[in-house]
Amino acid sequence: MEVVDYNLYTKEHEWVNIEDGIATVGISDYAQEALGDITFVELPKAGDEVEQFEEFASVESVKAANDIFSPISGKVIEVNKNLDSDPGLINRSAYEKGWIAKIKISDPEETSNLMTAEEYLKFLESIG
Amino acid sequence: MTATQETLKQTPLYSEHIGLNARIVPFGGWEMPVQYEGILAEYGHTRKAVTLFDTCHMGEFIVTGDCIANGLNEIVTMSIADMPVNSCRYGMMLNEHGGVIDDLIVFRQEKEKWFIVVNGATTAKDAAHFRKHLRQPEAFKDISASIGKIDVQGPLSLEILKKYVPGIGKLAYYTFAHFDLLGERVLISRTGYTGELGYEIYSSSRTVVPIWRELLKNKEVKPAGLGARDMLRLEAGYSLYGHELNEDITPLEAGLSKFTDFTKNFIGKEALLKQKESGPRRTLAGFISDTRRAPRQDQKIYAAGGEAIGLVTSGTFSPFRQKGIGLGFVLPGCAQKGATIYFAEDKNAAKITGKFFYQNDSLKKTTT
Repeated sequence: MEVVDYNLYTKEHEWVNIEDGIATVGISDYAQEALGDITFVELPKAGDEVEQFEEFASVESVKAANDIFSPISGKVIEVNKNLDSDPGLINRSAYEKGWIAKIKISDPEETSNLMTAEEYLKFLESIG
Repeated sequence: MTATQETLKQTPLYSEHIGLNARIVPFGGWEMPVQYEGILAEYGHTRKAVTLFDTCHMGEFIVTGDCIANGLNEIVTMSIADMPVNSCRYGMMLNEHGGVIDDLIVFRQEKEKWFIVVNGATTAKDAAHFRKHLRQPEAFKDISASIGKIDVQGPLSLEILKKYVPGIGKLAYYTFAHFDLLGERVLISRTGYTGELGYEIYSSSRTVVPIWRELLKNKEVKPAGLGARDMLRLEAGYSLYGHELNEDITPLEAGLSKFTDFTKNFIGKEALLKQKESGPRRTLAGFISDTRRAPRQDQKIYAAGGEAIGLVTSGTFSPFRQKGIGLGFVLPGCAQKGATIYFAEDKNAAKITGKFFYQNDSLKKTTT
């Protein structure tokens, strides 16, 4: 299980990477492994306004359906269309090819509600 | 005591699964492997090569004697008196109300010796039903604990098994024979739960570990768990007890009338005849989602007009269809093929297609 140090994380196992006010969002390697083979991703739509920690997408695996919560507030500007035909990208590349959406962030201070990689690793250890 | 506090049983292959890094889950009172390398990979390997399933949890009974005299004929729904020796037949046992106590396969080993295979979770209940209704209680034996069972499923299953049992090619679909395998006399039937060419090996519970290990020495053979098994059986349109079948569901409702023989007497027949007159309360529908979204058990099914017409009993993503597929009971008259229905609260559109989502001619083809 991998936790890359260039992302921020949530307790719901989403990751976010912010560059020039644009947040790229996905689910962590821990999350994809816990879910098992992912078979369907319900993507948000470009233009959707999303709120931090509110449901904005869902991921289905061979085991269950799971809601995905936005790590940050803002406006969805792009979604990863490749996930429509190949949702397994999340299993194979959770932090790169398996990104879910890009969000133009509305409040940079919200990052203080997120965990650093180090904090997320400690969090994972604490949940066993 | 709740189910989770009960001591779960382990099959003789349990430590093999641990050694293969399987993820273990409780299933019908047993600790069973749900997956090894991954459900989709195991599914794919079964469809294109060959996989092994640990099915030691299933129950096996022996009934001896004339099936009409001892009452066996009336316990099961299908005709068995006409079965040739070395054939097997699928059917059910019902309660007086026509509800399904279990689905099962009867093997005719000798003219007056019957080998009966039932579900693992229902074995004790089934045994009690047999003991109660057989006219000669001494004719019944529950041999589940002494039997090991491995399912060998997939297009390469024949090629692999031939290396060990050269005569196996002669087995036609739903027949069986006894063969020598690793120094033991085992029963092998050409049956399965995946929709692929496949076999089931019944050995002693001692020999099942060496057989499992030996078969896995072949590079074409991989283990597969319950997750892949459920996906495979659902694509093939097979009912799963506890989902499409239970004591409140009749074979008429479950779409299994062809496994009932109304020319003989059987427990539950009167109730089924009444239901034939009054019409079934619901009917099983198979449907394909418009998207990759899979229906899930207990989700509601809605008609085009928005009214709730039923419940999902099983659902999965179908790799073959590249869509979600499901089975569910709907009100009579609501299961016409081609009709659009909706599943779950967010009303995902799906089309009723019938339950055979996947069919492969190799399942029943003649082999040598």
